[in-house]
Amino acid sequence: MNQEQSREQDPEQDAELAQALGDFRVSLHAWSAAAYSGPRVMGVARKRVWRQAAGWALGCALVAGGVSAGGVYEHRQREMKIAAAQATAEHERQAAAQRAQLAREEEEDLLAKVDSEVSREVPSAMEPLAQLMAEDETR
Amino acid sequence: MATAQEIAAEEFSAVVTKHRPQIFRFLLSSTRDIELAETLTQECFLKAHRNWASFRGESSAMTWLMRIAINLQKDYWRNRRMQFWRQTRTNSVDLNEASEWLPSGESSAEQQMLAKERVGQVWKAVEGLSERQRTVFLLRYVEEQELSEIARQTGLSEGTVKAHLSRALGRVRAELGGRR
Repeated sequence: MNQEQSREQDPEQDAELAQALGDFRVSLHAWSAAAYSGPRVMGVARKRVWRQAAGWALGCALVAGGVSAGGVYEHRQREMKIAAAQATAEHERQAAAQRAQLAREEEEDLLAKVDSEVSREVPSAMEPLAQLMAEDETR
Repeated sequence: MATAQEIAAEEFSAVVTKHRPQIFRFLLSSTRDIELAETLTQECFLKAHRNWASFRGESSAMTWLMRIAINLQKDYWRNRRMQFWRQTRTNSVDLNEASEWLPSGESSAEQQMLAKERVGQVWKAVEGLSERQRTVFLLRYVEEQELSEIARQTGLSEGTVKAHLSRALGRVRAELGGRR
């Protein structure tokens, strides 16, 4: 148990662990040195600027797209409303014309009926008198 | 004749030049993110600059700076855990990429491959450590600090540092054991 504890606290007693820790340290030092000496700050700043610019451009494009899509949608809606109103008006006009035609036909029928019922032929006994009246009128 | 302010500025500048690489390395190993390590390093020295006048030299400048860096990375991990929905984006490199960094030296290709594998396993174990265990482990085995110095930097007792190290090493050993 004591040996196990001392092993845990002293990696030197475990060759493989010591080797792994050494490799880890060397690796991290190499990575850090490369990252530190490289043109990271400028690169990062530029990358951030580009990322921000790209973000703004995408945002603007989306907003512009949204606005124009909204405009197109509204325009289409307005056109559809106008077309619907025109169709209704046309329909009403045709219905009114039909109604007027029917009324005219009914009136003509009525007049014809009245005509046929009211006007009668002169009886044969009254014919000489009718002729006299016609002669008076020509005179 | 230089003013006290100019002297302080020169002193601080010398401290930055001397300790910046080590602070950056510690933050890089803690976050595995070059961009973030740079940002936190800058923040660390900005904080140090603001408080430079109050630094009384009771500890070494390195101990003082490392304490600031430890707190910064602690805040970062806490924020990431608590506000994961706000900070989902991370630039951390994956374990394979982090393990690529091995100077070729004179070792054979096979030795290089084995070393890379071992480094990958240590990274994997480090990933599973708590924030405190990781900090103590990195300060001991990457920065090669003494236990007493780690205790000063982290504000923990030496006994606690030893306990964290022991657990961290246990993890690394278990990870390496899986390969055996």
